[in-house]
Amino acid sequence: MTEKFDAIVVGAGPSGNAAAYTMAKAGLKVLQIERGEYPGSKNVQGAILYADALEKIIPDFREDAPLERHIIEQRLWMLDDQSYMGTHYRSDKFNEERPNRYTIIRAQIDKWFSKKVKEAGALVICETTVTDLLKDAAGKVIGLRTDRENGDIFADVVVLCDGVNSLLAQRAGFRAELKPEHVALAVKEMHFLPRDVIDERFNVKGEEGVVIEIAGTVTSGMVGTAFIYTNGESLAVGIGCLVSDFKKTGETPYALLERFKNHPSIAPLLKGSEVKEYAAHLIPEGGYKAIPKVYGDGWMICGDAGQFVNALHREGSNMAMTTGRLAAETVVALKAAGKPMTDANLATYRRSLEESFVIKDLKKYKDLPEFLHKNTQFFSDYPNLLSKAAETWFRVDGIDKKTKEGQMVRGFVKARGWRGLLGDAVKLARAWR
Amino acid sequence: MTVQIKVEDKLYQNRYRVDEGRPHIAIKDAAKCQSCTDKACTTACPAACYAAEDGGVTATFDGCLECGTCRVICQENSNIDWFYPRGGYGILYKFG
Repeated sequence: MTEKFDAIVVGAGPSGNAAAYTMAKAGLKVLQIERGEYPGSKNVQGAILYADALEKIIPDFREDAPLERHIIEQRLWMLDDQSYMGTHYRSDKFNEERPNRYTIIRAQIDKWFSKKVKEAGALVICETTVTDLLKDAAGKVIGLRTDRENGDIFADVVVLCDGVNSLLAQRAGFRAELKPEHVALAVKEMHFLPRDVIDERFNVKGEEGVVIEIAGTVTSGMVGTAFIYTNGESLAVGIGCLVSDFKKTGETPYALLERFKNHPSIAPLLKGSEVKEYAAHLIPEGGYKAIPKVYGDGWMICGDAGQFVNALHREGSNMAMTTGRLAAETVVALKAAGKPMTDANLATYRRSLEESFVIKDLKKYKDLPEFLHKNTQFFSDYPNLLSKAAETWFRVDGIDKKTKEGQMVRGFVKARGWRGLLGDAVKLARAWR
Repeated sequence: MTVQIKVEDKLYQNRYRVDEGRPHIAIKDAAKCQSCTDKACTTACPAACYAAEDGGVTATFDGCLECGTCRVICQENSNIDWFYPRGGYGILYKFG
Protein backbone atom coordinates (compact mmCIF):
# COMPACT_ATOMS: atom_id res chain seq x y z
CA MET A 1 0.00 0.00 0.00
CA THR A 2 1.79 3.15 -1.11
CA GLU A 3 -1.08 5.60 -0.97
CA LYS A 4 -0.93 8.29 1.65
CA PHE A 5 -3.68 9.17 4.09
CA ASP A 6 -4.53 12.43 5.76
CA ALA A 7 -4.67 10.56 9.05
CA ILE A 8 -4.24 7.05 10.41
CA VAL A 9 -6.04 6.13 13.60
CA VAL A 10 -4.66 3.19 15.58
CA GLY A 11 -7.35 1.32 17.48
CA ALA A 12 -11.13 1.06 17.18
CA GLY A 13 -12.23 1.72 20.75
CA PRO A 14 -14.21 4.80 21.84
CA SER A 15 -11.36 7.28 21.28
CA GLY A 16 -10.29 5.77 17.95
CA ASN A 17 -13.83 5.60 16.65
CA ALA A 18 -14.56 9.14 17.77
CA ALA A 19 -11.40 10.42 16.08
CA ALA A 20 -11.86 8.44 12.85
CA TYR A 21 -15.55 9.34 12.59
CA THR A 22 -14.97 13.06 13.17
CA MET A 23 -12.19 13.29 10.59
CA ALA A 24 -13.94 11.14 7.98
CA LYS A 25 -17.16 13.10 8.40
CA ALA A 26 -15.19 16.28 7.68
CA GLY A 27 -14.03 14.76 4.40
CA LEU A 28 -10.51 13.70 5.36
CA LYS A 29 -8.94 10.57 3.93
CA VAL A 30 -8.80 8.37 7.01
CA LEU A 31 -7.44 4.89 7.65
CA GLN A 32 -8.24 3.11 10.90
CA ILE A 33 -6.34 -0.01 11.96
CA GLU A 34 -7.61 -2.48 14.55
CA ARG A 35 -5.76 -5.60 15.72
CA GLY A 36 -8.87 -7.51 16.76
CA GLU A 37 -10.97 -9.78 14.56
CA TYR A 38 -13.65 -7.09 14.73
CA PRO A 39 -13.79 -3.74 16.53
CA GLY A 40 -14.40 -4.48 20.20
CA SER A 41 -12.93 -7.97 20.26
CA LYS A 42 -9.91 -6.75 22.24
CA ASN A 43 -11.71 -4.24 24.39
CA VAL A 44 -13.04 -4.42 27.92
CA GLN A 45 -15.18 -1.97 29.83
CA GLY A 46 -17.62 -2.10 32.78
CA ALA A 47 -19.52 -0.73 30.91
CA ILE A 48 -21.34 2.58 31.18
CA LEU A 49 -21.91 4.88 28.25
CA TYR A 50 -22.20 8.57 29.03
CA ALA A 51 -24.61 9.96 26.48
CA ASP A 52 -23.26 13.50 26.38
CA ALA A 53 -19.85 12.57 24.96
CA LEU A 54 -21.35 10.41 22.20
CA GLU A 55 -24.16 12.89 21.48
CA LYS A 56 -21.55 15.51 20.60
CA ILE A 57 -20.30 13.14 17.89
CA ILE A 58 -23.45 11.28 16.77
CA PRO A 59 -26.45 13.28 18.03
CA ASP A 60 -29.04 10.63 17.11
CA PHE A 61 -27.07 7.61 18.37
CA ARG A 62 -30.09 6.41 20.37
CA GLU A 63 -31.86 5.46 17.15
CA ASP A 64 -29.76 2.40 16.45
CA ALA A 65 -26.97 2.04 19.04
CA PRO A 66 -27.06 -1.23 21.04
CA LEU A 67 -27.96 0.18 24.46
CA GLU A 68 -28.76 -2.14 27.37
CA ARG A 69 -30.53 -0.12 30.08
CA HIS A 70 -30.59 3.54 31.04
CA ILE A 71 -29.50 4.11 34.61
CA ILE A 72 -32.12 5.37 37.02
CA GLU A 73 -30.44 4.30 40.23
CA GLN A 74 -26.88 4.60 41.48
CA ARG A 75 -25.88 2.66 44.59
CA LEU A 76 -22.65 3.24 46.50
CA TRP A 77 -21.87 0.43 48.89
CA MET A 78 -19.25 0.06 51.58
CA LEU A 79 -18.64 -3.59 52.42
CA ASP A 80 -17.07 -5.33 55.34
CA ASP A 81 -16.95 -9.11 55.45
CA GLN A 82 -20.55 -9.55 56.64
CA SER A 83 -22.33 -6.33 55.78
CA TYR A 84 -22.86 -3.50 53.40
CA MET A 85 -23.71 0.09 54.11
CA GLY A 86 -25.05 2.04 51.22
CA THR A 87 -26.32 5.26 49.81
CA HIS A 88 -28.69 4.96 46.90
CA TYR A 89 -29.89 7.63 44.57
CA ARG A 90 -32.87 6.79 42.42
CA SER A 91 -34.94 9.25 40.48
CA ASP A 92 -37.76 9.04 38.00
CA LYS A 93 -36.17 12.09 36.39
CA PHE A 94 -33.64 9.70 34.88
CA ASN A 95 -36.54 8.16 32.95
CA GLU A 96 -36.21 10.95 30.43
CA GLU A 97 -36.57 11.14 26.68
CA ARG A 98 -32.84 11.34 26.21
CA PRO A 99 -31.35 9.42 29.14
CA ASN A 100 -27.99 10.51 30.50
CA ARG A 101 -26.22 7.20 31.18
CA TYR A 102 -26.65 3.71 29.78
CA THR A 103 -25.21 0.32 30.50
CA ILE A 104 -23.75 -1.16 27.34
CA ILE A 105 -21.93 -4.26 26.15
CA ARG A 106 -18.63 -3.02 24.93
CA ALA A 107 -17.99 -5.40 22.02
CA GLN A 108 -21.42 -4.51 20.61
CA ILE A 109 -21.12 -0.74 20.95
CA ASP A 110 -17.64 -0.73 19.38
CA LYS A 111 -18.96 -2.73 16.43
CA TRP A 112 -21.87 -0.31 16.03
CA PHE A 113 -19.61 2.74 16.26
CA SER A 114 -17.23 1.23 13.75
CA LYS A 115 -20.07 0.83 11.26
CA LYS A 116 -20.74 4.55 11.59
CA VAL A 117 -17.04 5.24 11.00
CA LYS A 118 -17.17 3.23 7.77
CA GLU A 119 -20.37 4.98 6.68
CA ALA A 120 -18.63 8.31 7.28
CA GLY A 121 -16.07 7.26 4.69
CA ALA A 122 -13.08 5.97 6.63
CA LEU A 123 -11.23 2.83 5.57
CA VAL A 124 -11.26 0.39 8.48
CA ILE A 125 -8.86 -2.56 8.51
CA CYS A 126 -9.12 -5.23 11.22
CA GLU A 127 -6.89 -8.17 12.16
CA THR A 128 -3.83 -5.98 11.71
CA THR A 129 -1.39 -5.16 14.49
CA VAL A 130 0.63 -1.97 14.22
CA THR A 131 4.18 -2.79 15.27
CA ASP A 132 6.02 0.54 15.02
CA LEU A 133 5.71 4.16 14.06
CA LEU A 134 7.78 5.39 11.13
CA LYS A 135 9.72 8.61 11.53
CA ASP A 136 11.70 10.74 9.10
CA ALA A 137 15.26 11.93 9.73
CA ALA A 138 13.99 14.87 11.76
CA GLY A 139 11.96 12.59 14.04
CA LYS A 140 8.56 13.51 12.61
CA VAL A 141 6.09 10.65 12.50
CA ILE A 142 5.28 9.97 8.84
CA GLY A 143 3.41 6.68 9.08
CA LEU A 144 3.49 3.27 10.63
CA ARG A 145 4.46 -0.34 10.16
CA THR A 146 1.97 -3.21 10.49
CA ASP A 147 2.38 -6.96 10.74
CA ARG A 148 1.03 -7.37 7.20
CA GLU A 149 3.32 -7.99 4.26
CA ASN A 150 4.49 -4.67 2.78
CA GLY A 151 2.79 -3.21 5.79
CA ASP A 152 4.20 0.32 5.80
CA ILE A 153 1.53 3.01 5.49
CA PHE A 154 2.00 6.77 5.40
CA ALA A 155 -0.05 9.71 6.65
CA ASP A 156 0.24 13.35 7.68
CA VAL A 157 -0.67 12.46 11.22
CA VAL A 158 -1.00 9.28 13.28
CA VAL A 159 -3.58 9.34 16.06
CA LEU A 160 -2.72 6.79 18.74
CA CYS A 161 -5.89 5.39 20.29
CA ASP A 162 -4.31 2.06 21.10
CA GLY A 163 -5.41 1.78 24.69
CA VAL A 164 -3.90 1.74 28.14
CA ASN A 165 -0.73 -0.17 27.26
CA SER A 166 0.02 1.94 24.15
CA LEU A 167 3.16 0.05 23.28
CA LEU A 168 3.45 2.20 20.17
CA ALA A 169 3.80 5.39 22.19
CA GLN A 170 6.23 3.62 24.50
CA ARG A 171 8.34 2.23 21.67
CA ALA A 172 8.43 5.63 19.98
CA GLY A 173 9.59 7.22 23.23
CA PHE A 174 6.48 9.40 23.58
CA ARG A 175 5.46 7.87 26.86
CA ALA A 176 7.11 5.97 29.71
CA GLU A 177 6.05 2.50 30.85
CA LEU A 178 3.01 2.47 33.13
CA LYS A 179 3.83 2.68 36.82
CA PRO A 180 2.27 -0.15 38.90
CA GLU A 181 0.69 2.43 41.22
CA HIS A 182 -0.85 4.24 38.24
CA VAL A 183 -2.89 1.35 36.85
CA ALA A 184 -5.60 -0.86 38.28
CA LEU A 185 -6.10 -4.42 37.14
CA ALA A 186 -9.80 -5.19 36.85
CA VAL A 187 -11.34 -8.60 36.25
CA LYS A 188 -14.92 -9.01 35.19
CA GLU A 189 -17.49 -11.68 34.44
CA MET A 190 -20.68 -11.56 32.42
CA HIS A 191 -23.50 -13.21 34.37
CA PHE A 192 -26.61 -14.01 32.36
CA LEU A 193 -30.07 -14.03 33.93
CA PRO A 194 -33.57 -13.71 32.48
CA ARG A 195 -34.68 -10.10 32.09
CA ASP A 196 -37.56 -10.40 34.54
CA VAL A 197 -35.27 -11.85 37.22
CA ILE A 198 -32.97 -8.83 36.89
CA ASP A 199 -35.98 -6.51 36.98
CA GLU A 200 -37.22 -8.07 40.21
CA ARG A 201 -33.87 -8.35 41.96
CA PHE A 202 -32.92 -4.78 41.21
CA ASN A 203 -36.36 -3.25 41.55
CA VAL A 204 -36.59 -1.93 38.00
CA LYS A 205 -38.85 -2.34 34.98
CA GLY A 206 -38.58 -1.99 31.22
CA GLU A 207 -35.33 -0.39 30.15
CA GLU A 208 -34.46 0.89 33.62
CA GLY A 209 -31.10 -0.08 35.06
CA VAL A 210 -29.07 0.03 38.26
CA VAL A 211 -25.38 0.58 38.90
CA ILE A 212 -23.70 -0.53 42.11
CA GLU A 213 -20.19 0.76 42.90
CA ILE A 214 -18.58 -0.96 45.85
CA ALA A 215 -15.60 -0.35 48.12
CA GLY A 216 -14.47 -1.98 51.33
CA THR A 217 -12.78 -5.04 52.75
CA VAL A 218 -13.68 -6.96 49.63
CA THR A 219 -10.43 -5.62 48.12
CA SER A 220 -8.42 -7.05 51.05
CA GLY A 221 -6.99 -3.67 51.99
CA MET A 222 -5.90 -2.90 48.44
CA VAL A 223 -6.88 0.34 46.74
CA GLY A 224 -9.74 -0.63 44.50
CA THR A 225 -13.45 -1.01 43.91
CA ALA A 226 -15.94 -3.56 42.73
CA PHE A 227 -19.09 -3.14 40.67
CA ILE A 228 -22.31 -4.69 39.44
CA TYR A 229 -24.01 -3.20 36.38
CA THR A 230 -27.38 -4.35 35.09
CA ASN A 231 -27.57 -5.03 31.37
CA GLY A 232 -30.74 -6.16 29.64
CA GLU A 233 -30.24 -9.86 30.28
CA SER A 234 -26.92 -9.95 32.05
CA LEU A 235 -24.98 -8.50 34.96
CA ALA A 236 -21.44 -7.20 34.59
CA VAL A 237 -19.66 -8.18 37.80
CA GLY A 238 -16.13 -7.01 38.42
CA ILE A 239 -13.44 -5.92 40.81
CA GLY A 240 -10.21 -4.01 40.31
CA CYS A 241 -7.23 -2.93 42.41
CA LEU A 242 -3.94 -1.13 41.82
CA VAL A 243 -1.29 -3.34 40.26
CA SER A 244 1.20 -2.12 42.90
CA ASP A 245 -1.12 -3.49 45.59
CA PHE A 246 -1.43 -6.86 43.84
CA LYS A 247 2.35 -6.98 43.89
CA LYS A 248 2.51 -6.04 47.55
CA THR A 249 -0.16 -8.45 48.79
CA GLY A 250 0.30 -11.43 46.47
CA GLU A 251 -3.50 -11.62 46.12
CA THR A 252 -4.78 -13.22 42.93
CA PRO A 253 -7.41 -11.28 40.96
CA TYR A 254 -9.62 -14.35 40.42
CA ALA A 255 -9.69 -15.22 44.15
CA LEU A 256 -10.65 -11.63 44.85
CA LEU A 257 -13.47 -11.85 42.30
CA GLU A 258 -14.73 -15.14 43.78
CA ARG A 259 -14.69 -13.73 47.31
CA PHE A 260 -16.63 -10.73 46.11
CA LYS A 261 -19.22 -12.91 44.37
CA ASN A 262 -19.61 -15.00 47.51
CA HIS A 263 -20.11 -12.03 49.83
CA PRO A 264 -23.42 -12.49 51.69
CA SER A 265 -24.77 -9.20 50.29
CA ILE A 266 -23.68 -9.97 46.70
CA ALA A 267 -24.34 -13.69 46.23
CA PRO A 268 -28.17 -13.40 46.27
CA LEU A 269 -28.01 -10.89 43.40
CA LEU A 270 -26.08 -13.33 41.22
CA LYS A 271 -27.85 -16.53 42.22
CA GLY A 272 -28.55 -18.92 39.36
CA SER A 273 -26.72 -16.88 36.75
CA GLU A 274 -24.83 -18.38 33.84
CA VAL A 275 -21.34 -16.96 33.35
CA LYS A 276 -20.36 -16.57 29.72
CA GLU A 277 -17.12 -14.63 29.77
CA TYR A 278 -14.17 -13.76 31.99
CA ALA A 279 -12.23 -10.63 31.07
CA ALA A 280 -9.31 -8.65 32.43
CA HIS A 281 -8.09 -5.17 31.68
CA LEU A 282 -5.83 -2.44 32.99
CA ILE A 283 -7.40 0.88 33.89
CA PRO A 284 -5.21 3.98 33.94
CA GLU A 285 -5.78 5.57 37.34
CA GLY A 286 -2.74 7.82 37.73
CA GLY A 287 -4.87 10.85 36.96
CA TYR A 288 -3.66 14.29 35.94
CA LYS A 289 -0.03 13.83 36.95
CA ALA A 290 0.30 10.66 34.89
CA ILE A 291 -0.85 12.25 31.61
CA PRO A 292 2.05 12.22 29.14
CA LYS A 293 2.64 14.74 26.38
CA VAL A 294 -0.20 13.91 24.00
CA TYR A 295 0.98 15.45 20.73
CA GLY A 296 4.14 16.01 18.73
CA ASP A 297 5.39 16.20 15.16
CA GLY A 298 2.93 14.06 13.23
CA TRP A 299 1.33 12.27 16.21
CA MET A 300 -1.36 12.56 18.86
CA ILE A 301 -2.51 10.39 21.76
CA CYS A 302 -6.16 9.95 22.90
CA GLY A 303 -8.15 7.93 25.41
CA ASP A 304 -6.62 5.39 27.79
CA ALA A 305 -3.28 5.69 25.99
CA GLY A 306 -3.13 9.23 27.36
CA GLN A 307 -4.32 8.12 30.84
CA PHE A 308 -7.58 10.03 30.44
CA VAL A 309 -9.61 8.35 33.17
CA ASN A 310 -11.38 9.89 36.14
CA ALA A 311 -11.05 6.94 38.50
CA LEU A 312 -13.17 8.41 41.29
CA HIS A 313 -16.18 9.05 39.06
CA ARG A 314 -15.64 5.91 36.99
CA GLU A 315 -15.45 7.99 33.82
CA GLY A 316 -13.18 6.86 31.01
CA SER A 317 -15.09 6.11 27.83
CA ASN A 318 -16.53 9.63 27.77
CA MET A 319 -13.04 11.07 28.13
CA ALA A 320 -11.85 8.71 25.40
CA MET A 321 -14.56 9.87 23.00
CA THR A 322 -14.03 13.52 23.90
CA THR A 323 -10.24 13.40 23.51
CA GLY A 324 -10.67 11.52 20.23
CA ARG A 325 -13.10 14.14 18.98
CA LEU A 326 -10.94 17.08 20.07
CA ALA A 327 -7.83 15.55 18.46
CA ALA A 328 -9.78 15.04 15.25
CA GLU A 329 -11.16 18.59 15.28
CA THR A 330 -7.61 19.88 15.66
CA VAL A 331 -6.51 17.90 12.60
CA VAL A 332 -9.56 18.98 10.59
CA ALA A 333 -8.95 22.67 11.39
CA LEU A 334 -5.25 22.47 10.49
CA LYS A 335 -6.08 20.68 7.27
CA ALA A 336 -8.65 23.32 6.33
CA ALA A 337 -6.09 26.05 7.01
CA GLY A 338 -3.49 24.20 4.94
CA LYS A 339 -1.16 23.97 7.92
CA PRO A 340 1.23 21.05 8.57
CA MET A 341 0.83 18.59 11.47
CA THR A 342 3.74 19.93 13.48
CA ASP A 343 4.27 19.88 17.21
CA ALA A 344 3.53 23.61 17.41
CA ASN A 345 0.32 23.37 15.38
CA LEU A 346 -1.00 20.27 17.14
CA ALA A 347 -0.58 22.02 20.50
CA THR A 348 -4.11 23.30 19.86
CA TYR A 349 -5.27 19.82 20.89
CA ARG A 350 -3.82 20.20 24.38
CA ARG A 351 -5.36 23.66 24.69
CA SER A 352 -8.80 22.37 23.78
CA LEU A 353 -8.37 19.58 26.32
CA GLU A 354 -7.58 22.22 28.96
CA GLU A 355 -10.81 24.00 28.17
CA SER A 356 -12.89 20.83 28.35
CA PHE A 357 -14.14 18.87 31.34
CA VAL A 358 -11.42 16.31 30.68
CA ILE A 359 -8.46 18.25 32.04
CA LYS A 360 -10.59 20.32 34.43
CA ASP A 361 -11.87 17.20 36.20
CA LEU A 362 -8.55 15.38 36.20
CA LYS A 363 -6.85 18.49 37.58
CA LYS A 364 -9.41 18.73 40.36
CA TYR A 365 -8.48 15.27 41.62
CA LYS A 366 -4.78 15.46 40.79
CA ASP A 367 -3.72 14.53 44.36
CA LEU A 368 -6.29 11.79 44.88
CA PRO A 369 -4.42 8.83 43.31
CA GLU A 370 -1.33 9.42 45.45
CA PHE A 371 -3.49 10.03 48.50
CA LEU A 372 -5.35 6.73 48.16
CA HIS A 373 -2.16 4.89 47.34
CA LYS A 374 -0.67 6.08 50.64
CA ASN A 375 -3.80 5.86 52.77
CA THR A 376 -5.19 2.37 52.42
CA GLN A 377 -7.06 2.70 55.73
CA PHE A 378 -9.98 3.93 53.64
CA PHE A 379 -10.20 0.45 52.14
CA SER A 380 -9.63 -1.53 55.34
CA ASP A 381 -10.11 0.23 58.72
CA TYR A 382 -12.96 2.52 57.81
CA PRO A 383 -15.31 -0.05 56.25
CA ASN A 384 -14.91 -2.19 59.36
CA LEU A 385 -15.38 0.78 61.71
CA LEU A 386 -18.44 2.08 59.91
CA SER A 387 -20.03 -1.35 59.83
CA LYS A 388 -19.34 -1.91 63.52
CA ALA A 389 -20.80 1.51 64.35
CA ALA A 390 -23.94 0.81 62.31
CA GLU A 391 -24.37 -2.59 63.90
CA THR A 392 -24.04 -1.05 67.37
CA TRP A 393 -26.53 1.64 66.46
CA PHE A 394 -29.21 -0.62 65.03
CA ARG A 395 -28.98 -3.59 67.38
CA VAL A 396 -31.54 -3.28 70.20
CA ASP A 397 -30.09 -5.13 73.16
CA GLY A 398 -30.95 -3.28 76.34
CA ILE A 399 -27.83 -1.11 76.26
CA ASP A 400 -28.68 2.58 76.55
CA LYS A 401 -28.04 4.87 73.56
CA LYS A 402 -25.46 7.04 75.31
CA THR A 403 -23.32 4.00 76.08
CA LYS A 404 -23.72 2.88 72.48
CA GLU A 405 -22.54 6.26 71.20
CA GLY A 406 -19.54 6.02 73.46
CA GLN A 407 -18.74 2.57 72.06
CA MET A 408 -18.99 3.84 68.51
CA VAL A 409 -16.69 6.80 69.11
CA ARG A 410 -14.19 4.70 71.05
CA GLY A 411 -14.07 2.23 68.16
CA PHE A 412 -12.91 4.93 65.76
CA VAL A 413 -10.48 6.50 68.24
CA LYS A 414 -8.95 3.16 69.12
CA ALA A 415 -8.32 2.29 65.48
CA ARG A 416 -7.11 5.63 64.17
CA GLY A 417 -6.49 7.90 67.20
CA TRP A 418 -7.88 11.43 67.44
CA ARG A 419 -4.93 12.75 65.53
CA GLY A 420 -5.33 10.06 62.88
CA LEU A 421 -9.05 10.73 62.45
CA LEU A 422 -8.51 14.45 62.13
CA GLY A 423 -5.57 13.92 59.78
CA ASP A 424 -7.61 11.56 57.57
CA ALA A 425 -10.43 14.11 57.36
CA VAL A 426 -8.09 16.95 56.44
CA LYS A 427 -6.14 14.85 53.93
CA LEU A 428 -9.30 13.58 52.29
CA ALA A 429 -10.76 17.08 52.03
CA ARG A 430 -7.53 18.37 50.48
CA ALA A 431 -7.24 15.59 47.93
CA TRP A 432 -10.92 16.06 47.04
CA ARG A 433 -10.57 19.79 46.42
CA MET B 1 -13.41 -18.12 54.04
CA THR B 2 -11.27 -19.91 51.49
CA VAL B 3 -12.65 -20.36 48.03
CA GLN B 4 -11.22 -22.87 45.61
CA ILE B 5 -10.91 -21.33 42.18
CA LYS B 6 -10.04 -22.97 38.95
CA VAL B 7 -8.93 -20.25 36.56
CA GLU B 8 -9.10 -22.75 33.70
CA ASP B 9 -12.86 -22.97 34.21
CA LYS B 10 -13.11 -19.21 33.81
CA LEU B 11 -10.88 -19.12 30.74
CA TYR B 12 -12.83 -21.98 29.22
CA GLN B 13 -15.79 -19.60 28.75
CA ASN B 14 -13.70 -17.35 26.53
CA ARG B 15 -13.05 -17.43 22.82
CA TYR B 16 -9.46 -17.49 21.60
CA ARG B 17 -7.65 -17.89 18.33
CA VAL B 18 -4.28 -19.17 19.45
CA ASP B 19 -1.30 -18.37 17.24
CA GLU B 20 0.25 -21.84 17.54
CA GLY B 21 3.98 -21.76 18.08
CA ARG B 22 4.16 -17.98 18.13
CA PRO B 23 3.67 -16.77 21.72
CA HIS B 24 3.42 -12.99 21.91
CA ILE B 25 5.07 -12.87 25.34
CA ALA B 26 8.42 -14.27 26.44
CA ILE B 27 10.43 -14.43 29.62
CA LYS B 28 13.72 -12.84 28.62
CA ASP B 29 16.11 -14.51 31.06
CA ALA B 30 14.95 -17.53 33.08
CA ALA B 31 17.84 -17.10 35.51
CA LYS B 32 16.50 -13.71 36.56
CA CYS B 33 13.26 -15.34 37.72
CA GLN B 34 15.26 -17.63 40.02
CA SER B 35 16.48 -14.63 41.99
CA CYS B 36 13.14 -12.78 41.91
CA THR B 37 11.75 -12.78 45.44
CA ASP B 38 8.02 -12.11 45.01
CA LYS B 39 7.41 -13.59 41.54
CA ALA B 40 4.42 -11.27 41.35
CA CYS B 41 3.55 -12.42 37.81
CA THR B 42 2.55 -15.83 39.23
CA THR B 43 -0.11 -14.30 41.47
CA ALA B 44 -1.20 -11.13 39.64
CA CYS B 45 -1.77 -12.56 36.16
CA PRO B 46 -5.57 -12.85 35.86
CA ALA B 47 -5.24 -15.83 33.52
CA ALA B 48 -2.62 -17.59 35.67
CA CYS B 49 -0.25 -17.82 32.71
CA TYR B 50 2.75 -17.92 35.04
CA ALA B 51 3.60 -20.61 37.58
CA ALA B 52 6.36 -20.76 40.17
CA GLU B 53 8.27 -23.98 39.59
CA ASP B 54 11.61 -25.28 40.87
CA GLY B 55 12.57 -21.83 42.14
CA GLY B 56 11.91 -20.28 38.76
CA VAL B 57 8.90 -19.32 36.67
CA THR B 58 7.28 -21.24 33.83
CA ALA B 59 4.72 -19.74 31.49
CA THR B 60 2.16 -20.63 28.84
CA PHE B 61 0.27 -17.85 27.16
CA ASP B 62 -2.65 -19.60 25.45
CA GLY B 63 -5.13 -18.17 27.98
CA CYS B 64 -3.61 -14.68 28.00
CA LEU B 65 -6.17 -11.87 28.29
CA GLU B 66 -3.68 -9.32 26.92
CA CYS B 67 -4.07 -6.97 29.87
CA GLY B 68 -0.39 -6.09 30.35
CA THR B 69 -0.25 -6.65 34.11
CA CYS B 70 2.77 -8.99 33.98
CA ARG B 71 4.82 -6.47 32.03
CA VAL B 72 3.93 -3.63 34.39
CA ILE B 73 4.48 -5.69 37.54
CA CYS B 74 7.86 -7.02 36.36
CA GLN B 75 9.18 -3.54 35.70
CA GLU B 76 12.06 -3.60 38.19
CA ASN B 77 13.46 -6.75 36.62
CA SER B 78 12.14 -5.86 33.18
CA ASN B 79 12.24 -9.53 32.35
CA ILE B 80 9.11 -9.88 30.26
CA ASP B 81 9.12 -9.24 26.54
CA TRP B 82 5.51 -8.29 25.85
CA PHE B 83 3.78 -7.47 22.62
CA TYR B 84 0.34 -7.91 21.15
CA PRO B 85 -0.42 -11.09 19.21
CA ARG B 86 -0.46 -10.91 15.44
CA GLY B 87 -3.56 -9.25 14.02
CA GLY B 88 -6.68 -11.36 14.54
CA TYR B 89 -5.07 -13.74 17.04
CA GLY B 90 -5.36 -14.03 20.82
CA ILE B 91 -8.38 -13.32 22.99
CA LEU B 92 -11.60 -12.53 21.14
CA TYR B 93 -14.08 -10.98 23.52
CA LYS B 94 -17.72 -11.63 22.78
CA PHE B 95 -18.91 -9.04 25.27
CA GLY B 96 -15.82 -7.26 26.62
